[in-house]
Amino acid sequence: MSEPVSKPVPVPSALSAPYWEGLIAGELRLQACADCGQLRHYPRLLCSHCYSRAHRWQVASGHGRIHSYTVAHYAYHPAFAGELPYTLVTVDLAEGPRALGRWLGDAAPAFGAAVQLVILHRESSPALAFTAV
Amino acid sequence: MAIKDRACVSGIGETRYLRGSPSSAVELQLEASLLAAADAGIAPHEIDGVIPIGVVSAIAEDFIENLGITDLRFSALIPHGGASPVMALQSAAALVAGGICKHVLIAFGRNVSAAANKAGARIHQMPQFHYVTEYEYPLGNIAPAQIYAPMAMLHMQRYGTTVEHFGEVAVACREHALLNDNAIMKKPMTLEDHRNSRLIAEPFRLFDCSLESDGGAAVIVSATERAADLRQPQVLISGVAVGHPDSPASITQRPDMTSLGLGKAAPRAFAMAGVTPADIDVAEIYDCFTYAVIRQLEDLGFCAKGEGGHFVAGGSLKLGGKLPTNTHGGLLSQAHIWGMNHICELVRQLRGSGGRAQVPDANVGLVTGYGDMGDGALAIMRRR
Repeated sequence: MSEPVSKPVPVPSALSAPYWEGLIAGELRLQACADCGQLRHYPRLLCSHCYSRAHRWQVASGHGRIHSYTVAHYAYHPAFAGELPYTLVTVDLAEGPRALGRWLGDAAPAFGAAVQLVILHRESSPALAFTAV
Repeated sequence: MAIKDRACVSGIGETRYLRGSPSSAVELQLEASLLAAADAGIAPHEIDGVIPIGVVSAIAEDFIENLGITDLRFSALIPHGGASPVMALQSAAALVAGGICKHVLIAFGRNVSAAANKAGARIHQMPQFHYVTEYEYPLGNIAPAQIYAPMAMLHMQRYGTTVEHFGEVAVACREHALLNDNAIMKKPMTLEDHRNSRLIAEPFRLFDCSLESDGGAAVIVSATERAADLRQPQVLISGVAVGHPDSPASITQRPDMTSLGLGKAAPRAFAMAGVTPADIDVAEIYDCFTYAVIRQLEDLGFCAKGEGGHFVAGGSLKLGGKLPTNTHGGLLSQAHIWGMNHICELVRQLRGSGGRAQVPDANVGLVTGYGDMGDGALAIMRRR
């Protein structure tokens, strides 16, 4: 018997820890520049608009639209073999940035379709997922 | 222009390409380096600049110690995956044009046959993938096929690019590989074979994906004015440029997911060389995936954005077609050597030593690099 393989686990940095704490608390947090307000995702040290280091965390509404997607049919990591085929969707969040998440629908996602965020509380790590509205 | 035609590729070297090489990446890199020096007709210790390429790679000190280099005047690392070899041509050309070095070695080796080095594990050791590793890998977005697939899906949705268009690229590369004794793939492929190959990450099928292979390749870039007495016909670097896409470390966050760094690099390289796409006799285009060739053809200006699928239809990329492309079989059917094999093949074509895959009267050609999540580079070369 081989050992069950676990999914890759994110290693939060000082910069990204609030993002991961947010997911555990059930919210998707986007980084917002405290000086000019520009949103950024994934978390970065500087605002590329005004170069400020100061930022706050803004909770995303969870509303968005399908930008693109792929359906995985091959497991590049053994921990995902049992989930094949699975769909990954790239979503234009209502706030502007994009998010990648797992697709919860049975049918293929439709380009431009409205979706709603669902946070999956998995054993390995919390995960973004989206469902049709 | 300060760089145009002042540097040439004086030597090329390639090991046997295979799966399951008993040699380490560094051994393959050094073997290829010796082959390139011999091809150029210079002694290895005459090399005075080195740009090592690869995730697992010899460093400058290893080259000094193994090649007996007595006076290394330059070394640098270029960490942009498959764009690195052509990016290194830009650095090397500037170095020899500027009088810093006489002979710059660009050397690559890889051995990915060990389980720890497979595609799904490898990229997560590379710092440029840190966003993917932290935010996307835990979701199951693991390997390049999955990471690039949404770009291709969007291209199909927006422009009507089809599975057959992808197949055209795969079939042309395979046909060329069958003419190449140093190609891994030996079986003919039809468009139907391509369509029937199993899905990996939609829209990519198995035959849309490049190979996992082991080997080493190296080139030597020399100052044109000093290369007149070297062994090979001179192949001049006429134009060379580099470009990075917006949001280079995350395709998810890229404003236009179908844009690449090559879109910024290509006009610069063509302007430097003083040629247009109509002047290109042969093209070696980085083919990590079939889709990548279609998209790069657009950025290179062979057709408008969105027209790449139509451009490749009807065998355009085959020998005898309107743009013979990847005449060695490419990453798709010769071997995945990070595009170092593309540079070597372009040089062979422009020397007229392309063997059974020689494009008649090949005078001007191009080679692209494509790295990580869309970093790009283009070199336009010509026979002197």
